[in-house]
This record gives sequence, C-alpha cells and structure tokens, in this order.
Amino acid sequence: MTDIMNATVLLSNFVIIPVLAYGSQLALGALGVTLVYGILRFANFAHGDLMAFGTMITILVTWWLQSIGVSFGPLPTALLALPVAIVFTIAMALFTDRAVYRFYRRKRSTPAIFVIASIGVMFVLNGIVRFIIGPNDQQFADGERFIIKARSFKHMTGLNEGLAFKVSQGLTIGIVFVLVISLFWFLQNTRTGKAMRAYSDNEDLALLSGIDPEKVVMVTWIITAALATIAGTLYGLDKSFKPFTYFQLLLPFFAAAIVGGIGKPVGAIIGGFVVAFSEISITYAYKKFLKYLVPENWAPEGLVQFLSTDYKFAVSFLILVLVLLIRPMGILKGRVI
Amino acid sequence: MNNVQRSVLSFALIACLLLIVGLFQSWSLMLSILNLCLISSVMALGVNIQWGYAGLFNVGTMGFAALGGVAAVLVSKGPVPEAWAVGGWNLIIAAFLFMLTVTLAIITYRRIKRGTLRLLVLSGTIILGIFATRYFSDPAIADIEAVNPALTGYLGGIGLPILFSWIVGGVFAAGAAWVIGKIALGLRSDYLAIATLGISEIIIAILKNEDWLTRGVKNVAGLPRPVPYEIDLQKSDWFINLTEWLNSNSLYGLSSIEREDLLSSSVTEFSGIYVKLCYTGLFAAVLVIILTMSVMALNSPWGRMMRAIRDNETSAAAMGKNITGRHLQVFIIGSAVIGIAGAMLTTLDGQLTPGTYNPLRFTFLIWVMVIVGGSGNNLGSVLGGFLIWLTWIEAEPVGVWLIDGATGWLGGTNPIRLHLMDAAQHMRLFMMGLVLLFVMRFNPGGILPEVTKVGKLSN
Repeated sequence: MTDIMNATVLLSNFVIIPVLAYGSQLALGALGVTLVYGILRFANFAHGDLMAFGTMITILVTWWLQSIGVSFGPLPTALLALPVAIVFTIAMALFTDRAVYRFYRRKRSTPAIFVIASIGVMFVLNGIVRFIIGPNDQQFADGERFIIKARSFKHMTGLNEGLAFKVSQGLTIGIVFVLVISLFWFLQNTRTGKAMRAYSDNEDLALLSGIDPEKVVMVTWIITAALATIAGTLYGLDKSFKPFTYFQLLLPFFAAAIVGGIGKPVGAIIGGFVVAFSEISITYAYKKFLKYLVPENWAPEGLVQFLSTDYKFAVSFLILVLVLLIRPMGILKGRVI
Repeated sequence: MNNVQRSVLSFALIACLLLIVGLFQSWSLMLSILNLCLISSVMALGVNIQWGYAGLFNVGTMGFAALGGVAAVLVSKGPVPEAWAVGGWNLIIAAFLFMLTVTLAIITYRRIKRGTLRLLVLSGTIILGIFATRYFSDPAIADIEAVNPALTGYLGGIGLPILFSWIVGGVFAAGAAWVIGKIALGLRSDYLAIATLGISEIIIAILKNEDWLTRGVKNVAGLPRPVPYEIDLQKSDWFINLTEWLNSNSLYGLSSIEREDLLSSSVTEFSGIYVKLCYTGLFAAVLVIILTMSVMALNSPWGRMMRAIRDNETSAAAMGKNITGRHLQVFIIGSAVIGIAGAMLTTLDGQLTPGTYNPLRFTFLIWVMVIVGGSGNNLGSVLGGFLIWLTWIEAEPVGVWLIDGATGWLGGTNPIRLHLMDAAQHMRLFMMGLVLLFVMRFNPGGILPEVTKVGKLSN
C-alpha cells in the first residue's frame, strides 16, 4: 500500500502538478493564438514575442517596486506589476494593429501576407525586448517559494517521496481558472462577446447585422495582449524569463490551438493540457515509478523514458502532425484547414 | 526605372558597400561577408523557388540547411571502424526494423478500411515496431557512443572529398522534403508554415541528441577543406613568389631584413585572403549555376505552369494540372537548393554545431531576403541575400558607432551609455523587422519585382 502511495505521490510531483501548471500556461497562450485566428484569420507568429514584451514590462516594474521596498507579502511582487504591464502590452498590440495589420485587413490580403507581416512584428518586438532587457535569463520571483515543501510533506505523511507544490504553480492554476471562466462568461453573455463570436463565425453576416469590425478587432487585441502578459508572467515566475524561450513557446501554442480545434476557445484549453501532458509524460523517466509498483526482480534497468527531455518541442509537433492526419479539424471541430 | 536599370543600380550599390567595408575595416572581413552573402543568396533562391514560383509557405529553412550540414559531416569525415565493429550490425538491424514498421504501417493504413480495426492494427504495429527497433538500437547507440567519446563516439562518415557533400546535402534535403511534403502539403498556407516550422525544430532536436550520428552538441570540428590550408600556402614557394610579385612596389628598396619581415607578414595575411578567395570562387560558381537554372526554369513552360497554379489553383486544376504533384515537386527542388546551401555553409565553417541553428537567423532572415529582394524574381533573391546579409552583419558595428557618437556627451562610465553600447547588437533584429514591414507596405513587390511578360494576344 505504501508503495502505491509512494508511486502516486512521485507521479503527482513530477508529472501531474507540472502538467497542470504548464498546461494552464499553454492554454492561456493558445487562447490568444486561437482568438486572433478566429477573428483576424491568421496564425500570429508574433504571439510569443508579445508575451515576452509583456513579461519584460512586468519584470521592469517589479524591479522598480522592489527598489522602493514594496512587496506583496508571501505572493510575488510581480502580481502588483502585472496591471501596469497589461496596459503597456495592450497599447503595443493596438499599435501594431494600427500600424501593420489594419492596412492588410482593409486590402483583404491573403493569410500568408498576414503571417509574413507578423514575422516582421516578431522581429521588431524581439529586437525591442533584447535591446531593453538583454537576451539572458532573468529571475524575478520573490515572496514564499512553496505552498507545500517536499520535506514537510514527507514528515507529515511518513512517505518516502516528497510532494512539492510551488506558489507559482498554485498561482498559475488559480489565475488561469478564474480567467478562463470570466473569458467564457464574457464571450457567451455580453454584447461584445457575442459580436466577437458572430464575427468569427461569419464575417459578412456579422457586418450585415451592423457589427463594427474595428471594435471587434480592438477587443480581440485587448484580450489577447492581456492573456499573453499574464501567461508570460506566470511562465516566467514558474521557470524563468528568457526572450528566446518565449519565442520557442510559439510551437506548443500552435500545437495546442490546432489540436483543440483552431478558432475554438474551449479547444485551446483542452489542447493546452493535451500538449502539456504529452510533452511531460513522454519525456519523464518512469524507472523510479515502476520500481515501487513491480516486484523487486522485475525492476527495469534503463530509465524507461520514451524520449529524452530535449525532444519536448518535437513531441508537441508530433501531436500536431497526428491531429492533422487523423482529425484535421482538431478535437472540437474548429475551422477546416 | 525598369528592372534592368534597377538591378544594375542595386548591385553597383552592393559592390560599393563591400568596397567601403574592405577599405575601412579589412579586406579579409569583406571576403568573409561576401562568402556568407553568396551562401545566403543560394538559400534565398531555394525559398524563392517555393514561395515565389509556387506560393508554398515553407518556414523550415533551418531544418533543410542543417540536413545539408549533416551531409558535409557524413561525406567528409573518415569512418570510425571501432564504432562500426561494436554497434554496426545492431544499428543496421534496427534501421531495417524501423523501415519495416513504417512500410507495414502504411500498408495497414491503405488496406484496411477506416474504423476501430484499422486503429487497433495500426497502433499495434507501430508500438511493436518501436519496441523491436529500440531493442536493437539502444545497445547499438550506447556501444557506439562509448567508443572514445572525447574524440569520436559516432559512426563517422565515408571519407570522400567534402565537395561531394554539396550534392549529397541537396539529396538529403530533397528526401526530407518528400516525406514532409507527403504529410503537410495540401494544408492551408499558414498551416504549412506552422508545420514546417515544427519540423525544422525536430530536425535540430535530433541533431542535438543523436550523438551516434553527428556527435550532437559535442560538435564535429575539423572538417577537411576543399581549398588549401593557410599553413601549406605559407610554406610553398609559388605562393611566396606570388606575394612577392604582388607586393613588389612596397618591397622595393628595402634592406634585406626589413624585406624579410614585411614579406613574411604579407604572406601570412595574403594566405588568409587567398583561402577566402578560393571559397568565393566555389560559392560563386554554385550560385551562378543555380541562378541560371532557376531563371531558365521560371521562363520555361514549367515555370509558367507553376505561376498559373500559384495565381489560381482552381483554374489550373481545371486545365488538367496536377496541383498536389507539382507542389510536391517544387517543394522538393526548393528544399534541395537550401540543402546545398546548408552543406556549403558547414564546409565554410569547417564544423557542424547543432547548437547554433536558430530559426531567426536561418529561417526568418532568409524570408526577409526573399521578400525584400522581390519574391518571384530570382535575381531579386540574390540581391536580397547580399543586401540583407550585409545589413545584418554591419548593423552591429554601425549601431555601436552611432550610439557611441550619440551618447558621447554622457561620459565613459555612464550606465545608460554602457547598456546601450552593450545592447546595440540587438538593434539589428529590430531593423530587420522594420525593413520587412516597410518593404511589404510600401513596395510589396520588393526591390526587383517579379517580371510578368504580357502575351501577344492581350496587346
């Protein structure tokens, strides 16, 4: 019995809790990608760098708050800085829309042109972030680190395996939960939310019904920028901030959005967790886990790891390919490709 | 201004810029930049074949270039007999089992009708296949990587001259493109972009991790060169005589000791330049061959068909053109060109370093070259390759110089000034983005727009 408990705790510690936290972060990012795809109808390659931009502002404001001695008790100071960062990021997103995308929208350019334009925006944002904060790793988490420490968990339960639950993980799961619920309430019940869904469903019909496209697009950017900043900050608190890593997160975001069914917000959330679960469970070494469960002489010799951890991004892409082959519309019947 | 005048003018401008670099920085640096300009142009031509001719949105350039690099290692390095002895057979069996699995999976997929049965048989085949393959490949890989890991730890190559790898690199990239094309072509344009971006990341991940193949992040250094080594040149008489003859003006009338000193330093300097010039010759030859072939292809009936498909798939299909087949074909050709360029790049570097492949530099920068140069115009891609690479390299010294000048009044140790000087190199990303956005907005055809000939009938 203790062995089973130990195995469960081990798996929770190294797979389930990280999947919940990482999956929530991916879900927020994929929501941004999917909203832009649903309303503006292009795959936004600049999303990762928009996230990096927002997180950079959070970090700068956090540093300033720390320097004047403000703190948020046991919670990270970054949460206080977040609203300011969201405002800046929204301004940036609206500015890029005004300066870049609106022109192509009026011309009704093909999606490929939009994507190339977003590559341009990606370069610009990437340059700005590296210019201001540099290309290196930044740690900005402060306050308490753990909700449950591994050692006190062992002490409490008397098990061999410890369970650590970081504040950043708890915060991520909590904040994402609240955000997702309010986003769905907004999309389902408010006038603007309904207008957005109508516009996403059928642009011409929505225009005929008197929906102002510019307003819909503006609200989309506001939501996307806010989600990107929050996702970026939570990811940065959980791991660390590095501009290049944020750029690379683009791939799991796309994978999550497409797996769930692109253009469908619920799909993005499901997709986020599917991708996170596959990435972590396929690259986890099950040796210790199996040792608890099987008789001693059956214990495996190798690490029992399907793929090395460096293949993380490859896993998200493999899922993407599988979905494209088997069910191209994604789990929730998004737009047909 | 017509396109001919534009081309002459822009290439003259680039020549001037290169001259300025040569005169004010150094000729050796100028040649390094020129060599990379040539390679970038070949890559840009590859992307242009896919995007400009056929409208295929491939952002996996990095992956194909890396495959070219792998070819350079596998062709030029000598084999490691010990590694073959300990793990060769197991690895061959594993490869055979892997192929068998793939073949069986494809047969199952085709022969059994869609449904639960197919899903079960298919997953059973794949899972069994993976276990069988890994049963042989795991010990093989462990054995191979244990052979003298500090120096080899991989199978090595076949030890042929590295020039062959340029062709092999093209073949590798073409093979990968065939597989990828079979899976991903036919997706909507921006989906194809996401898919190829992902595949290129996978290729890099494999190169970083499969040590038995290319030593992973331990890198393979010291690839043999297709051109002479500086050391050999400095010892050979004909080269010293050549340097003496070239420098006869400055050597004239010096005492014998001064003459010896000056001669030996010029020989050292000139040997470096000579080696780079040899590379320039080789790369320029490849560029000219590929450019000529591209221009001929674009002007042929095949090129017209491609553009017809790009501009209106439905009507081209109605004329009986096989859209998917043509797309696959042009995807393979373009990727092969990128693979050749990748092999050339690794040859120039003399080493394969999987850690340095970065999508910003190897994929998106190439795209900026194509768009800025003029998509659909081959000469435009070459121009874009030269112009953008020059800007990319020179943005750093120019940026530092500008910031140094602009913040000089702040004093030498001012933290803001120091930060700006330090960060100046990142301005090039910002600049590239701006250039791309401005060209797209105000000059969407690029510097040398596509030439569309008006047929006789419509006049």
